[in-house]
Amino acid sequence: MTVQKPLPHDAAPLHVTGAARYVDDIPVPANCLHLAFGLSTIAKGRLSGLDLEAVRTAPGVVAVLSGADFETIPDCSPSAHDEPLLSDGTIHYAGQPLFMVVADTHLNARKAAALGRTTYAEEPPILSIDEAMAAGSIFEDGPRIYTKGDVAAALAASPHVIEGRIEIGGQEHFYLEGQSALALPQEGGDMVVHSSSQHPTEIQHKVADALGVPMNAVRVEVRRMGGGFGGKESQGNHLAIACAIAAARTGRPCKMRYDRDDDFIITGKRHDARITYRAGFGDDGRLTGVEFTHLIRCGWAMDLSLPVADRAMLHADNAYDLPAARITSHRLKTNTQSATAFRGFGGPQGMVGIERVMDHVAHVLGRDPLAVRRTNYYPEARAADGAPEGSISGKKKQGAVLDTADLAGRGSVRVETGTGSATRFGAVHSPGAGAAKSGVTPYGMEVEDFILGALTEQLVETADYAARKAAVAEWNAAHDILKKGIALTPVKFGISFTLTHLNQAGALVHVYQDGSVHMNHGGTEMGQGLFQKVAQVAASRFGLPLDRVKITATDTGKVPNTSATAASSGSDLNGMAVKAACDEICARIAEVVAPDLQAEAAQVVFQGGMVRAGQAEMRFEEAVQKAYLSRVSLSATGFYKTPKIAWDRIAGKGRPFFYFAYGAACSEVVIDTLTGENRILRTDIVHDCGASLNPALDIGQIEGGFVQGAGWLTMEELVWDATGALKTHAPSTYKIPACSDRPRIFNVALWAGENREETIYRSKAVGEPPFMLGMSVFSALADACSACGPHFPDLQAPATAEAVLAAVHRARGPA
Amino acid sequence: MPQVTLSVNGTQMTAEVEGRTLLVELLRDRFRLTGTHIGCDTSQCGACAVHVDGALVKACTALALDLDGADVTTIEGMAGADGTLSPVQQAFQDHHGLQCGFCTPGMVMAAAALLSENPKPTVAEIREYLEGNICRCTGYHNIVKAILAASGQPVDDLAASVA
Repeated sequence: MTVQKPLPHDAAPLHVTGAARYVDDIPVPANCLHLAFGLSTIAKGRLSGLDLEAVRTAPGVVAVLSGADFETIPDCSPSAHDEPLLSDGTIHYAGQPLFMVVADTHLNARKAAALGRTTYAEEPPILSIDEAMAAGSIFEDGPRIYTKGDVAAALAASPHVIEGRIEIGGQEHFYLEGQSALALPQEGGDMVVHSSSQHPTEIQHKVADALGVPMNAVRVEVRRMGGGFGGKESQGNHLAIACAIAAARTGRPCKMRYDRDDDFIITGKRHDARITYRAGFGDDGRLTGVEFTHLIRCGWAMDLSLPVADRAMLHADNAYDLPAARITSHRLKTNTQSATAFRGFGGPQGMVGIERVMDHVAHVLGRDPLAVRRTNYYPEARAADGAPEGSISGKKKQGAVLDTADLAGRGSVRVETGTGSATRFGAVHSPGAGAAKSGVTPYGMEVEDFILGALTEQLVETADYAARKAAVAEWNAAHDILKKGIALTPVKFGISFTLTHLNQAGALVHVYQDGSVHMNHGGTEMGQGLFQKVAQVAASRFGLPLDRVKITATDTGKVPNTSATAASSGSDLNGMAVKAACDEICARIAEVVAPDLQAEAAQVVFQGGMVRAGQAEMRFEEAVQKAYLSRVSLSATGFYKTPKIAWDRIAGKGRPFFYFAYGAACSEVVIDTLTGENRILRTDIVHDCGASLNPALDIGQIEGGFVQGAGWLTMEELVWDATGALKTHAPSTYKIPACSDRPRIFNVALWAGENREETIYRSKAVGEPPFMLGMSVFSALADACSACGPHFPDLQAPATAEAVLAAVHRARGPA
Repeated sequence: MPQVTLSVNGTQMTAEVEGRTLLVELLRDRFRLTGTHIGCDTSQCGACAVHVDGALVKACTALALDLDGADVTTIEGMAGADGTLSPVQQAFQDHHGLQCGFCTPGMVMAAAALLSENPKPTVAEIREYLEGNICRCTGYHNIVKAILAASGQPVDDLAASVA
């Protein structure tokens, strides 16, 4: 079986030879036109004059369109119909597209776009969280509030109560491939669009809407993206719509790719936030109740901000069983880029709040923060009672889910294989299994699958936490300038779209007469290896080698009505849909060949390129031929919807998640107390991917997610000036982690276990959860700052050198 | 318009260019060699890295006209004529040194340049050499491993080797 093997990315041979095509690499007809936007330079006001004469007469310009050229300006919003493609005269942020240029070359379009003459009636913009709160500038009619228990009473009765606040910066996606789209006009007004998008169906929907045609007149194809991270869930709409409109009006192919600076200035980013807290706790650090207020800066349009802010609330508990909790969330409307999806989708911001509380409690009590964290963990899950009947893994039930031989080449990556069949679910390490009572989240969902107690124990051992904690203390006692810090932080991340209906997926699988397989599904490939994982599923279902399965571009003409490849759900949803389609075809073939194999159809298995029943067998290709000659369809669709979930986002009650994915990281850092500069010395991770579909790809997600999360909380700083202009709009001013920034020592292990829930081969989602392992770096930096003096360092995020230096000074107190 | 003649991956190629035409535009738009990517447009991310007369050059800030007569190698010229991958390419594939793949051509070109200058680099030397090449997906761990492997050095004890 090809699942669970650490195979390279399917496109690796194309990537290392430069043969992989991204949107900008697709050969286009010679008459292709190129687009560029002219952008607003103010953050708020009215466009009082727009002189485009110089733009129209610039070399190579074919057409120039502004809001005035549309009866109804096309909308680009994925939610609230509040994002006109081009300004309708109102300016909402600095960087908003005002007009679009269509020219013969990319360069001519960009040059011409710089020639627009604008006059504005400026108004004072609402930029900061404080300004938005003062002005009552919000989305939704007031804050969302989730509550559990009586927090006021809990705090009143608490031996200790702390208060605090943390500012959490946003984050630019910095997908290496910028946003791009290509529209090819077809006969009869149809349109084919190639888009660098995580959400082809949304592109199809918005393009059809803009062109005034039904969705069946638009076909969207996405072969791959050069990174997405959430930034291509909705932010590609504008380019695709602009290209389609220009293509429809000129009858020529139209392409648009944002220059990197434009990409920074136009598109949304991770929501920045301020979280304030009041927490009550006992002498042992056990929380009695917590009050959080989330102030989330959403930018000018709604986009996906409501579910993002919801998910921040849903992760305000992270791994901790809060006896009483009250989470209040304000979604603030500001004259800045419209903040959007970004890996973790609000979850990271919510978690940083409770992790700050843990560090603060530990500081007050003078206890090890890890001890405080573990004191507050949810109760460990009981071992499951065995797999449900008829499930795929019920038949399989292997304990050691990784092929250690295949992983030997992974160098320093340690593979924990557990101890055999007992590792099915937390049974090996679960302390007091059977006695523990499951906790309930602040939103009323029972946490049934908690494994962080055991997972943390494993990491404490493999990272040698206790000895290194002591060594850090020793170092700090002996050194004045360089101070070290160490922290171990957990992650519990909910898996499923919180908008329940999005948890569905489709697939289309064909088997051709020669026995080769053509596989298609609604998920998109952005580097995460989804296509390879799902192809491994298909190959396993047919019992074929992987090279018999052709991976094909995501195409709205093959699988319709898809959800975005987001929320870490890609392989969970599409793997199951492809499995359903393959199993349907296998069942039809089995019916045909059963008499030849002198067996019942139900006894026929597909293995090793053969179709077998007992001792009788035939080659898969032969079986396929028989089915074809018997006039049996060798094409099937597959469909999947996630079970068990039900969620009322207004009440804040229900089961929004099918399951949780877990992980923990231990990071050690050093800071220079004279400059605030800092380095990650070592990071150890144990992460839960269930029974991994592909350990190599999953470990890649963990390593990359961790580094991206650490970047968010340390070096990645977005700066807007007083007028609302984004000053960090290129890699010259916005620093993402470089090769020299990754931890000097970096050990990643997969947790040996299976998903308790019946997911595809009992695997778990892996896209987002590891991102939040980066919190260990932030807490370690806070720990290093704490070593500088007796006061709480109150480190703010991102922990840039300046922020670390300020925290060092706070720790020391007034001179 | 002036003409420029270059050897690109061993083939003499001639094109009329403007004075301002960038090498990356010449390669991508005129010669259809789209493996050389444009990531940041400003010579910082390294997705456009190629070799010019054996040296690592960012093609998004090199003027085509300056390179008349130069010997240019792009990612498309790294594999053998029969398609056999170079050791660096093979190592990036085998050691999972890529995810979305957009930075990969530049990374491969940078790694090959490093190994031609320094056939057995230390991990610290690899890290320093790659500072001009950004990857947003991998966290770099497997990229460093791939380069170690391509240089014939063991990758099993990467953690220990940098302690």
